[in-house]
Amino acid sequence: MSGSGEREVAAILEECRVLVEDPTYPAVRRWREAHPGGKVLGHFQVYFPEEIPHAAGMLPVKIMGAGSTVQIRKADARIAAFVCSIIRSSLELALTGRLDFLSVFVTPPICDAARNACAVWVRNLPSLNSQVLYLPQNAASPHAAAYLRDEYRRIAGVVEEAVGRPITDDGLRRSIALYNENRRLLRDLYRVKRETPWLLSAVEAYTLVRAGGLMPREEHNVLLRRVLGLLPEREAKRQDKIRVVFEGGYCEQPPLDMLAVIQDACYIVDDDLLIGLRWLTGDVPTDGEPLASLARAYLDGSSYSPVQHDPRKPKPEMLLRRIRESHADAAIVAAPKMCEPGLEDQVNHIRALEAAGIPHLVLEFEEKMTVFEQMRMEVETFAESLLFDFA
Amino acid sequence: MTTKTPTIGSIRNESRRLLEQWWREMAAADHAGRPTAYVFVMGSLGELLRAFDLPVNCPEITSLQTAVRGASLQYLQAAEDSGYSPDICGYVKADVGLHLKDRQHPNGRIPKPALVIATNMCNTYVKWAEIWEQMYGCPVFVLDLPAWRGTRAGAGADGEALRNDRRYVEAQLRDLIALCEDLTGTAFDIDRLREAMAQVNRMAASYHAVLALNQHRPAPFSAIREGITFQGISNLYRGSPEGTRFFELAREEIQDRIRLGMGTLEEKYRLLLAGTTCYAALKRFAEMFEQWGGVFVHSTYMVFAGGGFAPGFAYDLARPIESLAETLLLSAWRGWSMPMFYAQDWLAETVREWSVDGICFHGVKSCRTTSTGLPDVREWLRTRCDIPGLFIQSDLVDPRLWSDAQLKNRIDAFIESLAGRRATAGR
Repeated sequence: MSGSGEREVAAILEECRVLVEDPTYPAVRRWREAHPGGKVLGHFQVYFPEEIPHAAGMLPVKIMGAGSTVQIRKADARIAAFVCSIIRSSLELALTGRLDFLSVFVTPPICDAARNACAVWVRNLPSLNSQVLYLPQNAASPHAAAYLRDEYRRIAGVVEEAVGRPITDDGLRRSIALYNENRRLLRDLYRVKRETPWLLSAVEAYTLVRAGGLMPREEHNVLLRRVLGLLPEREAKRQDKIRVVFEGGYCEQPPLDMLAVIQDACYIVDDDLLIGLRWLTGDVPTDGEPLASLARAYLDGSSYSPVQHDPRKPKPEMLLRRIRESHADAAIVAAPKMCEPGLEDQVNHIRALEAAGIPHLVLEFEEKMTVFEQMRMEVETFAESLLFDFA
Repeated sequence: MTTKTPTIGSIRNESRRLLEQWWREMAAADHAGRPTAYVFVMGSLGELLRAFDLPVNCPEITSLQTAVRGASLQYLQAAEDSGYSPDICGYVKADVGLHLKDRQHPNGRIPKPALVIATNMCNTYVKWAEIWEQMYGCPVFVLDLPAWRGTRAGAGADGEALRNDRRYVEAQLRDLIALCEDLTGTAFDIDRLREAMAQVNRMAASYHAVLALNQHRPAPFSAIREGITFQGISNLYRGSPEGTRFFELAREEIQDRIRLGMGTLEEKYRLLLAGTTCYAALKRFAEMFEQWGGVFVHSTYMVFAGGGFAPGFAYDLARPIESLAETLLLSAWRGWSMPMFYAQDWLAETVREWSVDGICFHGVKSCRTTSTGLPDVREWLRTRCDIPGLFIQSDLVDPRLWSDAQLKNRIDAFIESLAGRRATAGR
């Protein structure tokens, strides 16, 4: 790659890193300056159909915690001690005015803490419309799609009220097309991770993906297209690293430094990091009834996570498939502290990996952790032992 | 003139008989290999399962009982040794330990699950069900009960959103009925469902009457001692004549206690429990308040885990399935919003109607459903309604999380503050 190409990739990655590490949502504030009176909808993990607010001219953004970038003070007084960090830090952002640009906040009730947290938001932020989007847990039910279409319609009503104008089917179709493009680009990015992981480190790929939840998706598409166009020319040598799948990043996010520790010893060739941005695994049809198409895609054309029950997608088998399809040598099965669904799935995952004879390392993390020496030792030992076995 | 024989003691005797009978039924089902349904207390669908003669196991209750029997730690440790984190719900771990120990409970042996029904009333229900799914390969039916939706959601939905939710719940119930028919080989008989629902209507009426009797001063029962018995019977015997009869008997006994001037103790402070008690220290928890004359006259737990009996609860027996769907949905809505997530209004109203002096908010590590927002609700009620509240933390079943001295200090100080308020108010 030419020096200017490398500089351009570096600049884009730096821009993404700044977005990820700045708890004041700078891209959202820029968008609002460019769109006076523009409304913003925030949504908590894992999945939300951003096409709906986008079609209304709103800016949808992901609320996904604050890592170690904020000191949690106010939220600690409102939430019990044994609740995960992402619930606290997201609330802290809201209570300290960092999310003052939100007109609507939506929480899918992904876990017991998240459902409760929505009520805390309602009590403490009376001027914000905080809604629960109830995504089906009986996902294989023949009635789930019709229900979800109408639930999306309800959320569309909330959005219409916020912006003061109706959402049209054509507008939704245009938004679906934009998001289809975004999801295609993300799939291309993950193809790079799987096929040529030395061209893009785990931290670089992650920041590129995460930025999508923090900026207008049109801009994200431009940025992804540019990086994907430049990557094949990047000068990077393939290294002798084991190929791993990272599982456990569907909700609370591991710190960048934790991913850096892993990437020093391993190629992360696939993962569930921010799986909500890649929840829909194929293109959503742009003909037909848009909300029905989005509902069907959520149920029938989607990935998996600990917070959706779907007998068609047994999670241990889905993990094994992810490992198989990415030609990984091993898995890192992580879970955030205090994460009930993640920690429960971890046990089933470990059993499935043991039964399949796939080497794995179990890690626990917290978004706000800052010390990684112990983890580095564990990861290095794990990777070295495997390299020795493979030799 | 004949004098009615006081019924004092019948709650204790009859509840003991019913619980022992239930354990015998579990052992018999296990011995005979009879298909058994595993259900949860919030949305158990006991009335529907009765129509198929399916015995019902409530794992929350069996987990709770391991703690009451002082045996939970061995089960918790068995689960942790097999990989379950200390941060996971203790009910789940006590149950996993039970299954790892060949389903041998201190009270008897439980059968394997042939069917699991899990509502979304607690997300951990679904994860728990997935563990049995992995262990036994049994079918898991997740019943979605979309409920409280946030800002301006109030105590119930209306309009098209509610109609959508209702359609969905009813359709799922019809699927569940088909699944039960397949599993048992028994054709669904709507009259049997209607019969069980009629029993639930009667049980709910008596249950409410019992709760309301505790508005009396002094309170005729403790919401955390006998309250737990009421919850156990209301769930295990939901839809049965015996369950209905128990609550009619309970109502009579409590009326007799009032007539005879019997309170639970010398009542000085009337308290309300937000959350659950600690079953690993059940007596001790109550004693810490009772030694100061503090009696729990009500609890949120008796509302959300007491069978979903909202005030005025009544199935429309003319259209059983539709009514079951609507009532489940509204119970979930009320169960989530009123005593749990958005509890401040219900708590403030209960403080007024039950003449409560203060609220104990008990957060338990095991249950984020009931505990996550308790500190916030406490703060809300303190600052906006001047209702005193104590926030303490331990667990449902894990004795390692019970810190006796620390809790006693907090509770003593709280009672002292209630005394101070009373003195200041010149009462």
